[in-house]
Amino acid sequence: MPVAVFEKVNSAFSKLFGGIFGKKHVKIGIYGPPNAGKTTLANRIVRDWTGEIMGSTSPIPHETRRARRKADIVIKSGGSSLTLDVIDTPGIATKIDFHEFVEQHGMTEDEGRRRAKEATEGVIEAIRWLEDVDAVILVMDSAEDPFTQVNVTILGNLEARKLPVVIAANKIDLPSSSPATLKSAFPQHPVIPLSALTGYNVDQFYKTIIRHFR
Amino acid sequence: MTNPPGIRLDLVAQDRLKPMQSAEKIRFILDEVEAGKVLVLESGLTPPEEAQLIQATMAEIDHEHFLGIEMQSYALDPPTRWERWFHGFTKGKRRTIVIGPATALKTIGKDTRTVETLILTPPAGA
Repeated sequence: MPVAVFEKVNSAFSKLFGGIFGKKHVKIGIYGPPNAGKTTLANRIVRDWTGEIMGSTSPIPHETRRARRKADIVIKSGGSSLTLDVIDTPGIATKIDFHEFVEQHGMTEDEGRRRAKEATEGVIEAIRWLEDVDAVILVMDSAEDPFTQVNVTILGNLEARKLPVVIAANKIDLPSSSPATLKSAFPQHPVIPLSALTGYNVDQFYKTIIRHFR
Repeated sequence: MTNPPGIRLDLVAQDRLKPMQSAEKIRFILDEVEAGKVLVLESGLTPPEEAQLIQATMAEIDHEHFLGIEMQSYALDPPTRWERWFHGFTKGKRRTIVIGPATALKTIGKDTRTVETLILTPPAGA
């Protein structure tokens, strides 16, 4: 019982002083539709600050089918720092058709069905994690239409929960990318154009998440 | 009298869904969509209801007959400076939404004023 009391007092102090001086430690969820580059960005963050990687990436959708967590990553920018627990979540979709894996990605029917089943479980898990994160990096493919229902639904949920969000306008290394479209679609949130693959503009991204999530 | 072949599209008035709790609403939508219907909900869904609907959909995908849903509402206009200031008042804004089986409804375009969809009919004899 004394431990529980200590934890409550500790939590109350953290909230009080965190509110005054800014947070030092936040749990961030990396969200977005399949193939937006969530794991590539998670790998970029983890590799830049710890030298490790988070998970495998693939052009086949739903490569990440279980949420992965990497704790205590200290990021720095200017004179500020922030400790992150990074949760890389599976891509959120409203439909999953195993035929796509078979016909477009050369999988056997069994492999396709298994991947599709795991992907449906991953979507459920990703949405469940929304209850347990302090802030969100929403990864969007800047070469794609930003007004997808998945993007709109995720943002609506973050706004309803009052979770701070930074939008990573990813894949600006692609000729067809248009980060300006994302900026004009979501002016109420910080939108940072970047390439998780090449690392272009990630310094600005780190600066923004420290400022926005503290 | 039997109906000719085609996809059924139901317009659902706000008053029909208003008395329902979120879980009841989700169940109603999924039952209708899994039966092959396309629904247009006048009152739309809140963002948490949309997330619940996605979770429930994933749990019911059977990889044979039901592969998920297509759902689209108008993109919300970016909030005005006034709305951004009073952020809390704009949360959970709802707009008319169209929901159908992923195999029967395809979105071809959307913006803040229009949602363009195709209703895909099964090939003759299928």
